[in-house]
Amino acid sequence: MAILILTLLALIFGIALGYFAIRFRVEGDPVVEQIDALLPQTQCAQCGFPGCRPYAEAIATQNAEINQCPPGGDDGIKAIADLLGREVVPLNPDNGTANDNLRMVAVINEETCIGCTKCVQVCPVDAIVGAAKQKHNVIDEYCTGCELCIPPLCPVEDCIQMQPVEVTISNWKWSLPVQPNKESVA
Amino acid sequence: MKKLWTFKGGLKLPGFKKISNPASVNKIPIPDNIILPLRQHIGEPAEPIVDVGDQVYKGQPVAISKSLISASVHASTSGIVTDIGKYTIPHQSGVSEMCIVIKTDQKDQWHPNIESNLDPDNLDTEELCARIREAGIVGLGGAVFPSAVKLKATRQIDTLIINGAECEPYITCDDALMQNRADDVVQGILLLRRLLNPAECIIAIEDNKPQAIDALQVSIKKFKEKGIGSVAAIDVIPIPTIFPTGGEKQLIKVLTGKEVPRNGLPYEVGVICLNVGTSAAIRNAIYEGIPLVSRYVTVTGVMVQRPANFEVLIGTPVQDVIKAAGGEKSDRYEIIMGGPMMGQLLPHQQIPVVKATNCILVQDIKSENEANVMPCIRCGSCASACPMSLLPQQLYWYAKEKSFQKLQHYNLSDCIECGCCAVVCPSRIPLVQYFRFAKSEQREHEFKTKLSEQSRIRAQMRDFRLERIKREQQERKARRKAERLKKKAASDKASKPLADKELSAG
Repeated sequence: MAILILTLLALIFGIALGYFAIRFRVEGDPVVEQIDALLPQTQCAQCGFPGCRPYAEAIATQNAEINQCPPGGDDGIKAIADLLGREVVPLNPDNGTANDNLRMVAVINEETCIGCTKCVQVCPVDAIVGAAKQKHNVIDEYCTGCELCIPPLCPVEDCIQMQPVEVTISNWKWSLPVQPNKESVA
Repeated sequence: MKKLWTFKGGLKLPGFKKISNPASVNKIPIPDNIILPLRQHIGEPAEPIVDVGDQVYKGQPVAISKSLISASVHASTSGIVTDIGKYTIPHQSGVSEMCIVIKTDQKDQWHPNIESNLDPDNLDTEELCARIREAGIVGLGGAVFPSAVKLKATRQIDTLIINGAECEPYITCDDALMQNRADDVVQGILLLRRLLNPAECIIAIEDNKPQAIDALQVSIKKFKEKGIGSVAAIDVIPIPTIFPTGGEKQLIKVLTGKEVPRNGLPYEVGVICLNVGTSAAIRNAIYEGIPLVSRYVTVTGVMVQRPANFEVLIGTPVQDVIKAAGGEKSDRYEIIMGGPMMGQLLPHQQIPVVKATNCILVQDIKSENEANVMPCIRCGSCASACPMSLLPQQLYWYAKEKSFQKLQHYNLSDCIECGCCAVVCPSRIPLVQYFRFAKSEQREHEFKTKLSEQSRIRAQMRDFRLERIKREQQERKARRKAERLKKKAASDKASKPLADKELSAG
């Protein structure tokens, strides 16, 4: 009798599990999605992977450390460490240095551009427009500042440069006030 | 007597209002140069319609609003446009924006199109709104929201509030306006009543301005005697002097007991709030055809020789205004545009007076001892002073940590930056500076999130495209190969009988 009940139960749960596995199937690896959401999406490849998503996949499969993303900086490392329950580690200097300051965008000097389309092809977010032997231009609102297009990729020396975005009243930032004087406490 | 409510928190602050006598208003000499920023309002900048070298006359539009939320800019005196370029605007950041610079000719000649007696009583509401828009009128209480947009609100308005509270210390320009141009304010309100058709209409004035209250009551009585019956619906209501009772949300609470919802606008609770100066400016635009070219400005503070109220042309550099008030007393001073609580420190004196400028405060530089900041002792004084029922001490910690989620949870965006918390803080922590810092950090964070989301999609699309191109190339290759094979097979077939023949022949 007991065997019969247990077999029956096993059968019912087996069917239920099988059904739910199909019904609530999760497409892709949710951890990759979550890591990818924390990465800055600069697509700069400074981490050693071709883009943010491949890097997220590498972290998820433990093929990469969490400190290889310079644009994400310390805040980014902290966010990924929190997600994965890992230790916060400082940014790996081999991958580059974090730039917390102004947003930089690529600017093409139309005087010197020879229309080679090299930058158009390499831009990971299609932010450069242009055709062969035509002047190219950067759509700055799409530019992630990945620096993939600047020399040595660009064959002209003074054509593409990284420039800080102009400060206006809409993107100007207040600075953190002076911290309390610790000595005065003692 | 109308029932009044109270708002939570707030402070009784020393007024310092007698320093700049609001009973009279002085003129100042026309400056050599006028600098007109193209964005003096909330919204998109106006677009210039004059060129360098053009002669312009007083009241002539020099930049017009093209988008919905924007306001035109007019030449405030006659002269020649010498430059259209970037100049420092009155903003804490000290950044530059596009401005039109006019070298004045001292003739102050009006543009011939400016005409009075436009028969205001026969204008329909559409036409009234259009003229208010053309005149470049914005809210003169400080928020500088284009008035025409505000007045087009379609919802039923129960209460029209005319804000004459002027709750910040030192500032008396609205007081001066009410005392000297009470009739204009009342006529403006009558126009607004025609536009909005509110059930009640209140002029709210803090009870520390009895002369202004009197002046408006006398004016209303005068209109009543003239047989203009509609003024009877206007109530002048004295309200207790508690900072920041002049804040829109606080004033609505005091007068109606209603609370404006978060991220909401007053018209959602059936209220529209306009400054007394806006009302007078609307009157001038409709009755005289005069656009917004000047405003009353208080020049005050311990470091200025002769504090007073002035009628200042929009675009006059601060330097010329202070000169008209006798200049500074010594060289240890700082200039604040606005009041001591919510004003902005100016980096230099070549910055122009704009539509929002109500006060130029020339202050003593704070001594170092006063600026000595101590750690937070969690006394909670800031929380009881906050007029928005926020918890400044919590926001302070989260602002330092940049915990955006926590800041949102504690409603940082509701902070009106009135400065009450910083005034009561026994540790002299500059709380408002922290909140401004946190707000701009949060804004940047939101921008970055948006940018990264956009980049993710764009990168994904690019990958899809590259893959598609690769796939198509392969397909083409395969197709060509198949075609080649087919051709070959066909030619083989054609040659096969031949081969067979050859074979048989062989």
